Amino acid sequence: MARIGVFICHCGENISATVDCPKVSEVAAKFPGVAFSTDYKYMCSDPGQSLVVNAIKEHKLTGIVVSACSPRMHEPTFRRACAEGGLNPYQCEMANIREHCSWVHEKGDKTDQKAIDIVRMMVEKVKRNNALLPIKVPVTKTALVIGGGVAGIQAALDIANAGHKVIMVERDPSIGGHMSQLSETFPTLDCSQCILTPRMVEVAQNPNIKLYTYAEIESVEGFVGNFNVKIRKKAKSVDETLCNGCGMCTTKCPNKKNPNEFELGMGNRPAIYVPFPQAVPNIPVIDKTQCTYYKNGKCKICEKVCQPKAIRFDQEDEIIEVAVGAIALCTGFDIKKTDFFPEYGYGKYKDIIDGLQFERLASASGPTSGEIRRPSDGQVPKKIVFVACAGSRDPAKGIEYCSKICCMYTAKHAILYKHKVHDGQAYIFYMDIRAAGKNYDEFTRRAIEEDQAQYIRGRVSRIYERDGKLIVVGADTLMNAQTVEIEADMVVLATAGVANKGAEELAQKLHVSYDQHKFFSEAHPKLKPVETNTAGIYLAGACQSPKDIPESVAAASGVAGKIACLFANSELTREPLIAMVDRQAPPMYSSCTGCFLCQPVCPYNAIEREEVKDRNGNLVRELAFINPGLCQGCGTCVAVCKSKSIDIEGYTNLQMYAEVDALLNS
Amino acid sequence: MSNPHHTEDNTLAGKIKKNVGVSLVKCYQCGKCSAGCPVSGDMDYPPSLLIHKLQTGLPNHEEDVLRSKSIWYCLSCEMCIARCPMEVDIPPMMDYLRGESIRLNKANPAAKNIIKFHKAFLNSIKNTGRLYEMGLIVDYKMKSLNMMQDVTLAPTMLAKGKLKIFPEMIKNRKNIRQIFLNTINKQK
Amino acid sequence: MKLGFYPGCSLEGASREYNESVMAIAEKIGIELVSIPDWNCCGATAAHNLNKELSLSLPARNLALAEEAGLTELVVPCAACYSRFTMVQHELMHDEPLHKRVNEIIGKEYKGNLRILNVIQFIDEYVIDKLDENVKFEFNKKVACYYGCLLVRPNKVLKFDRTEDPQTMDIVMKKLGADAIDWAYKTECCGAGFSVSFTEAVARLSGNIVEDAVHRGAEAIIVACPMCHSNLDMRRKEIDKFNGKKSDIPVIYITQAIGVALGIDHKKLGLQRHFVPVNLKDFKPFVKKEIDVEKPQNMEVE
Repeated sequence: MARIGVFICHCGENISATVDCPKVSEVAAKFPGVAFSTDYKYMCSDPGQSLVVNAIKEHKLTGIVVSACSPRMHEPTFRRACAEGGLNPYQCEMANIREHCSWVHEKGDKTDQKAIDIVRMMVEKVKRNNALLPIKVPVTKTALVIGGGVAGIQAALDIANAGHKVIMVERDPSIGGHMSQLSETFPTLDCSQCILTPRMVEVAQNPNIKLYTYAEIESVEGFVGNFNVKIRKKAKSVDETLCNGCGMCTTKCPNKKNPNEFELGMGNRPAIYVPFPQAVPNIPVIDKTQCTYYKNGKCKICEKVCQPKAIRFDQEDEIIEVAVGAIALCTGFDIKKTDFFPEYGYGKYKDIIDGLQFERLASASGPTSGEIRRPSDGQVPKKIVFVACAGSRDPAKGIEYCSKICCMYTAKHAILYKHKVHDGQAYIFYMDIRAAGKNYDEFTRRAIEEDQAQYIRGRVSRIYERDGKLIVVGADTLMNAQTVEIEADMVVLATAGVANKGAEELAQKLHVSYDQHKFFSEAHPKLKPVETNTAGIYLAGACQSPKDIPESVAAASGVAGKIACLFANSELTREPLIAMVDRQAPPMYSSCTGCFLCQPVCPYNAIEREEVKDRNGNLVRELAFINPGLCQGCGTCVAVCKSKSIDIEGYTNLQMYAEVDALLNS
Repeated sequence: MSNPHHTEDNTLAGKIKKNVGVSLVKCYQCGKCSAGCPVSGDMDYPPSLLIHKLQTGLPNHEEDVLRSKSIWYCLSCEMCIARCPMEVDIPPMMDYLRGESIRLNKANPAAKNIIKFHKAFLNSIKNTGRLYEMGLIVDYKMKSLNMMQDVTLAPTMLAKGKLKIFPEMIKNRKNIRQIFLNTINKQK
Repeated sequence: MKLGFYPGCSLEGASREYNESVMAIAEKIGIELVSIPDWNCCGATAAHNLNKELSLSLPARNLALAEEAGLTELVVPCAACYSRFTMVQHELMHDEPLHKRVNEIIGKEYKGNLRILNVIQFIDEYVIDKLDENVKFEFNKKVACYYGCLLVRPNKVLKFDRTEDPQTMDIVMKKLGADAIDWAYKTECCGAGFSVSFTEAVARLSGNIVEDAVHRGAEAIIVACPMCHSNLDMRRKEIDKFNGKKSDIPVIYITQAIGVALGIDHKKLGLQRHFVPVNLKDFKPFVKKEIDVEKPQNMEVE
């Protein structure tokens, strides 16, 4: 005979302001099988949990229903309390009367009735719960880091230094990411390359790290502790084991007029190239879309000049399969290009550039060797306008969020500009100066007070070209919204930070969720900022939302810590809420007909054929068998099974029907 | 979407939201409208400032707005809404404010010619169904007493065949009068 | 081929050369433009400045009459009328009670089944493909195509070309052999309906437009709106006074430019009616050549 305990939580006022909790408790006490019912202000608090534990012992309960928030929030909490009270933890059910009731309805009898119905359903369910045992799975103590920007580098080094193997996959020919393109970094103005390059080299030299550049993720299967990943290593047309990085090929390549991606189109590079001098690895790749040999079948000059004979025109993409226990997503971000702005000329004016292009102009290794010269004619701009919030906080353009980093890097740009062009004047159109961070506000003050940046509070309405000048039309909202017109020599748009190319596709391969802007979603905005909703996959850096370097690095170290925790155990405990095909001893008794309709629909390839043999070893029949290590409990097989032989543990058909029955027959 | 639990907003901004569906709380005062507005220099309050006055909900600021030149100088060129990052639809708001300004007898004296021209224009249509340019000019001059303005324009226009001496009348003028009676000339 | 036609008051009066040129090219191409029977004024700026329901009802009556006459496509050369019609159709189709109310006011049943075309859309759809076989002269001039406000804004409703730096007129002019320049005032307002009541503003706004076109070496300003035309042409005295220098750049309707290229008599196109004389000469015979008129990036309407 079931003895169920019902615990109604007020959740402060979250529930009790809308739902009459004492009344729900009173009604629930009269449900058949309920031996105890009560309500309490915060059931998840320490005294609340003690209340549950004591009630289980005192009233000899066989199952409990905690009527509170979503199971996503506190199911683990109350399962623990349930176990502490001496029950199997899976004898606990959550009745969600917060998200499903109090938060979405007005106060009233109907709302109370709905709460009561939800509780009744869960009472009927929990009566039919079975005791379940957690599943143990082994952990592969190798981490996969996707993306080799500053976040990926930090995560990889931290994990490797904790003694674990790391596989790093980078899409470009070199690691380094956006940080390698930056000139100097706020708020200290230290040189970006100088602080990043040593770390890049460390990655290449760390014996625990295996680096794949010019490589992308092909597919990911498996689950926490046991992922199987296929990596597509794109053909570089160069044998990496032979190449010594002498650079002869890139010097001699006759096809040199290809837009340089690293310089954001402000320079050229050969068809065989190393993206930048400090690249790691220092091994060139041939861009097949540009190489004369791949296009016309003639040339091969690089092959002739290569002393170690490393050029391989017939090299093909390689698929590499690896087993890893955890994945760190560090794929970074991208920025909107100037062609995104109709009112600023759709990108047709050469001297309107984006923030990253300015970084290259200001960089000692950039196309102008660190001199600020405008792209159209190489003149040094004497009047320069920076436009903050270009595309950010702009719902009309589909980007309502603040890109966060622009206020700071724009202040930095103004400072760098003044350091390089002493007689120049920088104007900054801004809406708010968002400089929250250690030494950040001081830094923007420095731009204004020491480096004479003119901050004008208003958005720029239009920019057009006339007689070689860019006419910037804005308003000064601190001056009666009067129109301000500046004849500038160059304009820098602090364009919005956006999700990186291919982010959505990658998220789908990994089954991690992402927001409407294709940024990857964290599992909880406050308490699980580096976890994704998929166990064993973590995220760091600007693939989550625009972030600056310190934040990206901090998050990456957070990820490394999480992965080190995961790898501290040799096996993992998994929820036993998986599909099972019914079996009664002896094994041939099962209602499964062996039709295997379930096999192709399983997204996790978890369904196998089990042979049932007689004593003489003759095959009697084949039954579906679900590999508990692979099953994720999605229930697709349950839906297609004609003979109703499959059940999800914890969500059996019997339990579901009991719930529905309780609702319909109330 | 306003919160149903909140009490009714009786400010002018609240009325704008209710009557023309333009939500002024969205405006975050970036000034892009004022920067792009071709007549913001003529206005006493450029568009963003005018909105800010309404955002305060204070009677003195609302009074300023209804008595402003700005609402009459607006050309309805739609540049503001074309570039507004928050899609605050200013032109219909201006239409509404003009209506209120006239209804409450608060129209700015500087706008009298503009209003007179609009009224002369509509008068012309009310009587004939179509615009009678010659009549409009005469009517406007009578109303505005700007007898000397554009005296050289009309003869040249006549000479170039751009002015008709007689109005063109549509057949169903009754229909037009009915439209006027049902809208602008409705008895309150 | 028959298409519905709404001339509007300006085209019957102060801007009759616009009407004449539209009719002339339609005739040349073999299209019959059928006017809406007993059409009335759209109410223009005056109506929507003073009374919302009036500003909806006056255009709605015309649209209802066009539907009654069995017209399905309506060519509206006047940019102001085109804008009013399109806005009214949009507003009524998205507001059921308002639609009902307006139908009551006009005493007619307006359904909303019309396709409303501005003059450039009309050219783009019905004229441009027939140009190659009919064009006699190359329009070998540097031109500044001026779109103004009402053809491109609000973009979300009109859905015609891109809001900033539109291209459709430029493409037509390039096809006729013209050099359509890149300039800064393509979509800036000319002062519109304030020509009489606030002439100083018109002189300034139109003055900036004329000045920039001249400064960049344009030999003609091409327009598709009678209000733009009358401000830039008839207000030239005030414009020159504002700019402090005399300008003789003519302002030509796109339909007149096409008419010139088609070899239609300039009188028939009404070119003699302009205040600023049109002294364009030396048109070369048209030779068909592949001109790079590929639409630029971001051409698709957002």
